[in-house]
Amino acid sequence: MIKVLEAGLSTTIQDAGRYGHYHIGMPPSGAMDQFAHTVANYLVGNDKGAATVEMTYQGSDFKFTEDTVIAITGAEMAPELNGEPVSMWETLAVSDGDVLSLQFATNGARTYLAVAGGIDVTPVMESRSTYTLVGIGGYDGRTLEDGDTLTIGDAGADRSSLVGNSVADEHIPNYDDEDHIRIVLGLCDYRLTDESKEELCDAEWTVTPEADRVGYRLEGPEIEFKPREQPFGAGTDPSNVVDLGYPVGSIQVPQKPIVLMRDAVTGGGYATVGTVISTDRDLLSQRRTHQPVYFQSVTLEEALAARKARTETLESIRNSLTP
Amino acid sequence: MTTTTIKAPMPGVFYRRPDPDDPVFVEEGDHVEEGDVIGVVGVMKSFQDIKSDASGTVSKILVENEAAIEAGDDLVELELD
Repeated sequence: MIKVLEAGLSTTIQDAGRYGHYHIGMPPSGAMDQFAHTVANYLVGNDKGAATVEMTYQGSDFKFTEDTVIAITGAEMAPELNGEPVSMWETLAVSDGDVLSLQFATNGARTYLAVAGGIDVTPVMESRSTYTLVGIGGYDGRTLEDGDTLTIGDAGADRSSLVGNSVADEHIPNYDDEDHIRIVLGLCDYRLTDESKEELCDAEWTVTPEADRVGYRLEGPEIEFKPREQPFGAGTDPSNVVDLGYPVGSIQVPQKPIVLMRDAVTGGGYATVGTVISTDRDLLSQRRTHQPVYFQSVTLEEALAARKARTETLESIRNSLTP
Repeated sequence: MTTTTIKAPMPGVFYRRPDPDDPVFVEEGDHVEEGDVIGVVGVMKSFQDIKSDASGTVSKILVENEAAIEAGDDLVELELD
């Protein structure tokens, strides 16, 4: 078991996501940075679907009540085991009674703790991810609180031989440098004026303090829509359309852009003018409040190539580990 | 005189008052006890109390009301009792 001594600011149990229910309005939830989540799982010998602990902006303190194997990835949180600094992106051994403490995030926003066997909470709709807006999944459907106790899943075998494995430096993201976020324009970019369509990709956008697992609200120049006759069924705001489904990562512009993240609503009446590609949603979720973001328009083929390259990177990380 | 600095444990927007019409939590010269709230940080649509980690007298307020802050920023300097 893992006892949560100090929960931190916003700490939840997340996995690869809750898929197959988008049509009934259920977003996937799951780890905001799937790359860091997956690597943490690989380091402890889990599949990518195992549940990890996601900590945002502020790390947690944990006490382990059994011997196990862990890994910490994502934003730097200066982790210490019994007061001694330990490495991130590396497989670590912990013993019964050990205390792991993490500080606030520098270089990124979200940090993942994986444990051999995964965090064992009851799956809801085939996922252990927490969706706090409706209070389902994860640990009682909520963020963790001081004093909670997490059960560790059955690892099946001793994983201690993994200890000492680490991820090559070239594969560890330097999140604070990753300010270019690739998007595919559409579905409703035709609603923007030509100037605003260009500005979307030229302007410096700033992450606002409201940005969270639901949406990343950005601050920047005014975006203008082309004049139009209000269609039947659409709202009066120029950014309103007759309802449409929102892709995960899509950018809607009620006034200022909001990138819909993994806990967002699945459809509604705002024009979505572009979609952040899957690999770069991981990077966007590591941008902290006040940091700049630049959108870069790419083709669908380039987006698919980026996804393929990342899948290969993950495979190469997995294959580099000594079991 | 020994001083200590209360640092921001998270990024966000720093508020010196619980509500725009309320008085500030602390003013320079005020005495605070360990655990007293000295400000609030708004981030991810929630507000977190920032508490003093020591008892002493507020010698400097280092951040303005509604300033954008990073985790680790200096907020308030205390002269310890």
